[in-house]
Amino acid sequence: MCVLVYAENAGGKLKKSSFEAISYGNEIARMLGVDLRVISIGEVADDELKKPGNYGAKKILNASSEKLKIFINQAYATVIAEAAKAEDAKVIVLSASFSGKGLASRIAIKLDAGLADGAVSLPEVTNGFKVRKTAFSGKAFAEVMLTSDRKMITLIPNSYKIVENIQQAEIVNFDPVINDADFKMSVKETVRASDKISLPDAELVVSAGRGMKGPENWGMVEELANLLGAATACSKPVSDANWRPHSEHVGQTGISISPNLYIAIGISGAIQHLAGVSSSKNIVVINKDPEAPFFKAADYGIVGDAFEVLPKLIEALKKFKAASA
Amino acid sequence: MKILVCISNVPDTTTKINFTPDNKSLVTQGVQFIINPYDEMALTRALELTETSSGTVTVINVGDASTEPTIRKALAIGATDAIRVNAVPHDAFFVAKQIAEIARKNNYDLILAGRESIDYNGSQVPAMIGELLGIPSVSICKSLKLDGTTVTVEREIEGGKEVLTSTLPIIAGASEGIAEPRIPNMRGIMSARTKPLTVVEPVEVSPHTQVVNYDKPKPRGQVNLIPVDNVDKLVELLHTEAKVI
Repeated sequence: MCVLVYAENAGGKLKKSSFEAISYGNEIARMLGVDLRVISIGEVADDELKKPGNYGAKKILNASSEKLKIFINQAYATVIAEAAKAEDAKVIVLSASFSGKGLASRIAIKLDAGLADGAVSLPEVTNGFKVRKTAFSGKAFAEVMLTSDRKMITLIPNSYKIVENIQQAEIVNFDPVINDADFKMSVKETVRASDKISLPDAELVVSAGRGMKGPENWGMVEELANLLGAATACSKPVSDANWRPHSEHVGQTGISISPNLYIAIGISGAIQHLAGVSSSKNIVVINKDPEAPFFKAADYGIVGDAFEVLPKLIEALKKFKAASA
Repeated sequence: MKILVCISNVPDTTTKINFTPDNKSLVTQGVQFIINPYDEMALTRALELTETSSGTVTVINVGDASTEPTIRKALAIGATDAIRVNAVPHDAFFVAKQIAEIARKNNYDLILAGRESIDYNGSQVPAMIGELLGIPSVSICKSLKLDGTTVTVEREIEGGKEVLTSTLPIIAGASEGIAEPRIPNMRGIMSARTKPLTVVEPVEVSPHTQVVNYDKPKPRGQVNLIPVDNVDKLVELLHTEAKVI
């Protein structure tokens, strides 16, 4: 018996959210008194592949056959399901990344396993197997009991802290049989802004809305983000107007994020927007309208014009960084 | 071309969420129910596709009789006919199994669903149906184009998108960008009343999961308002109090 974690990689590097899932899986393994094993699929260099061993993994399965170089969910689902069977995994954990969600769902059918998607904390394993996740677009939490023999969880990025736990991990090749039928869908093109910080995984986010008046004014927003090492995001009207890329839209019909810090500039805070950010640990709202609904959902706020406040905030941060250097 | 669109009946976004005293279900009194917004996008795309090449769009819902007004809305938007599987949607697995059962009997060329429902936020059903039927799935589909039996889709990835192709049939979980939802016109609303809505009994399925408790997040305290002329204070608080910088 073991806990098996799928460690997703991007361009051959294991993602931050993968290490979060590994630490999370490690703690579940400890609670159940079983080993933690990790599976990686695709081309990942040896020194990168060893890393899960620093976070509790005793065994790392390396599925690096040529066919698996590019992510195709059907094929990857087969590989992970086969790994789960081979390693007798009772709990399988994936990150709730864009790829993870569909992948986990297919694996759940293959393994006849209950899937708790979008977990925000560790499961309770003393009386059954209960997982806490968000529901009603961030307005509530649901506690889900998994009644199947095998259990699956996808973990929301930035919900669990990475914890070091150095083990002697063995790396083994894993090469299960995969049918051609699993490769019916194929990738034509991948478009990724690789220099930017990935928004769903980001710990710090600077977001702006219509209050910025136009795309030409985003320089300050980006400057603030760069100073903080934050990802940039935007509201739906801004994305609809093509002022910012659609991948930055956070909200009910955009991306849901749960960063440690969410700074919202010139965004009123409509319910649909809040649905995407309500799990943020700290929310700062900058808006010139004191009646803006967002202030009711904020931890800190400044009532002021973005064009006045942003330069001041940038200055204050520069001063702070210089002082702590 | 035969398209199946999976729709679910969800509480309107602006609804205040309250739970029954046992915390096991939503209080539905006074709650406005709508077609899940992502499902509406899926339905619109399906209708656009059948406009250019003749075909039918069947909507399917797993729900009790209370979902029929929502199903009629889908018919009003333009679906050809509807199927309601007469069962409470216990969990994603249960729903996926019911829909797959119907799909297996009917040879749909394309199945569309919303990427997730705004009440449960599972993102499970589309990929589960794909696995059950042994067909490719795209869970977060921002664009879907057809060229004969070749489908080209765009899926969301962190910081970008990926373009994939496949032959039909596939299932896609519609996300923002796939289509602009339509408002039903008078003719649509009138015809919705007479379009076929078939009720079928569910197949026996044991759900794998069960929600045992709902609760609401603790409200954030009163916002700490910082004066506009003392922005340094915000930086200090973020460092010392929030400890995020």
